[in-house]
Amino acid sequence: MKSHYSDAPVSSIPARHTLSVLVDNEPGVLARIAGLFSGRGYNIESLTVSETEHEKHVSRITIVTTGTAMVIDQIKHQLDRLVPVHRVVDLTTEGEAIERELALVKLVGKGESRSEALRLAAAFGARTVDATLDSFVFELTGTSEEIERYLRAVSELGLAEVSRTGIAAMARGVAAF
Amino acid sequence: MTKQMSGAEMVLKVLQDQGVEHIFGYPGGAVLPIYDAMFQQDKVKHVLVRHEQGAVHAAEGYARSSGKVGCVLVTSGPGATNAVTGLTDAMLDSIPLVCITGQVPTHLIGSDAFQECDTVGITRHCTKHNYLVRSVEDLPRILHEAFYVAANGRPGPVVVDIPKDVQFALGNYERPKDNQHKTYRPRVQGDIEKIRAAVALMAKAKKPIFYTGGGVINSGHEASAMLRELVRLTGFPITSTLMGLGAYPAADPQWMGMLGMHGTYEANMAMHDCDVMICIGARFDDRITGRLNAFSPHSKKIHVDIDPSSINKNVKTEIGIVGDCGNVLRDMLAEWKAVLPKPDRTKINAWWDEIGNWRAKNCLAYRGSDSIIKPQYAIERLYALTKDRDPYITTEVGQHQMWAAQYFRFEEPNRWMTSGGLGTMGYGLPAAIGTQMAHPKALVIDIAGEASILMNMQEMSTAVQYRLPVKIFILNNEYMGMVRQWQELLHGGRYAESYSDSLPDFVKLAEAYGGVGIRCSDPAKLDDAIMEMIDTPRPVIFDCLVAKTENCFPMIPSGKAHNEMILNDLSDAGDQNIGNVIDAKGKALV
Repeated sequence: MKSHYSDAPVSSIPARHTLSVLVDNEPGVLARIAGLFSGRGYNIESLTVSETEHEKHVSRITIVTTGTAMVIDQIKHQLDRLVPVHRVVDLTTEGEAIERELALVKLVGKGESRSEALRLAAAFGARTVDATLDSFVFELTGTSEEIERYLRAVSELGLAEVSRTGIAAMARGVAAF
Repeated sequence: MTKQMSGAEMVLKVLQDQGVEHIFGYPGGAVLPIYDAMFQQDKVKHVLVRHEQGAVHAAEGYARSSGKVGCVLVTSGPGATNAVTGLTDAMLDSIPLVCITGQVPTHLIGSDAFQECDTVGITRHCTKHNYLVRSVEDLPRILHEAFYVAANGRPGPVVVDIPKDVQFALGNYERPKDNQHKTYRPRVQGDIEKIRAAVALMAKAKKPIFYTGGGVINSGHEASAMLRELVRLTGFPITSTLMGLGAYPAADPQWMGMLGMHGTYEANMAMHDCDVMICIGARFDDRITGRLNAFSPHSKKIHVDIDPSSINKNVKTEIGIVGDCGNVLRDMLAEWKAVLPKPDRTKINAWWDEIGNWRAKNCLAYRGSDSIIKPQYAIERLYALTKDRDPYITTEVGQHQMWAAQYFRFEEPNRWMTSGGLGTMGYGLPAAIGTQMAHPKALVIDIAGEASILMNMQEMSTAVQYRLPVKIFILNNEYMGMVRQWQELLHGGRYAESYSDSLPDFVKLAEAYGGVGIRCSDPAKLDDAIMEMIDTPRPVIFDCLVAKTENCFPMIPSGKAHNEMILNDLSDAGDQNIGNVIDAKGKALV
């Protein structure tokens, strides 16, 4: 149940949006943004954050969320009215954005599965960043879908651990936000 | 000019530089340096409350009745957590506050020290913004910024958490020259193209309505003045939310009374049937709209709000104008005068005829009594006997609040202080204290219920200490009346825990606090008793014993539309059976 009185417009279909939020890197700013999403019942599919301009103490937060047009609009306005937020850009409406994610994948095993793991790494363009007689750690960069596909492929090859960064995104062309 | 001073001295310096005259607070270990600095100056006057929640509500009453930023000073831990309800109240009603909280010294933060709590964590979502000051160098900037953020854009509460070592530390004080905030730049000027489109839409309206809210009050006196001019110029009917009462004079013939769950029949019917709705500084909340998919189905909507997130949040609007109500009203007026539109007066007169028919229902009529005081009658008499004294009214929350909104009439803004969004019982008495501090000579009345008043009763002691002659007018029906009414509506009249048992003797209680107590249960003696209250230049508790099971009507039952109101049954048959009005779906709503 959302707002008490909203058996209201459910007209439009939910869509996935990638938002790029430029914030002052002050203490608590991430909690403020994460809390806004949980407090108002919006979902976060992915969230990445890092300081991108050290002298100005500005961080870029990339959020992937899903909602109807009205909800996405609300999310943007709610983010924008937070005091430490400089700018909110909806990369999805700005045109097709570049989205990349990095994954570290640990495969544990012996024998034939090791050579299959190396063949798949080559096929997906994953880099070997650690190897022992019993394990590999691969690094793969790509879209979330590519990473999902890779993980499905290695799922039977002793997949022991996965660590993903979440999405970093940027608009194509000269436009800079 | 820079000057070395302690963090605590800086706090006082900032308050003085910001023109703060009164601060409401309660001392404790983590704010002692600030209290010491306060002791050594006499520009900022401190009002000692009896509970930190009272301090915040008092600052709210002060702010809302004066248009200034309200200030609060409390200690760490329980001081801060007790303030949370007040801060949330100010957040929902957009009241500008700066609340300074003490914090344990920086090196103890995170160690579960005595009276430590994560104040910025706890208050993050019930404030507009909050700060933990980590260094005395940041203190002047943050404090001045706090005042800027509280008052600009959509107003709200700001918390500044200051560790005790920062209060002792020495630093340079300089008032920031640049008043602009690095990131926070609210849009205050409306888009002129949209304003033109809005005026064009208004000019063609056949069944227009103005629906205004607390944003007009927050924008200041000028906004109310311009609203009056625009409404008169257009000849359109006007209604307002609970928070907006007083922006437009209740005596004016174009005024239709409050709208919403307990609004007037004519206001709600006109909202439902209008073709152009001009919403200014209100936010389409659930008390106003009733069932959303049946809300004003035939109208095009213009929405003016300073907060972009209010537009299209609950209700889709055709023209959304982001800006300060005052600025937008000025531009609308200028545009109307420049274009000189000729609305279709025949159609608008027909609209007024329709409204006249709804008015003829006389929805606020109630069955009078010679033997018992009807709560509606009590408010009517209170209004009649005080209206020439320009009174300031605060309320608690419940039936008495709605009756006050219905039967007390407001001609000017800033005269009506009530907890709208959060619905905080216990708001009224401290708010009355804050209001009286801001207007020492005014007649300030807290219209209360016997249950609500007990939630912050301790503040009577504050009123007596500062010789604040606030009047507490209790409509005592020995029930949490609104809870009882909903139990009658929804739960088969099983009045679980809503009876006010073991009430104190309010007359003796007033005397125990050093105030004056008056009791009245006879309608014939009510006027004299009210006059006695008004003429007593001291804090008064007026225990008005009223009809016990009166319900508050008209009412839009939960889950129903504006045109499905329940009206008061005036027949002699007795109370109507209201137990089956709300369907199963509506029962899940609040």
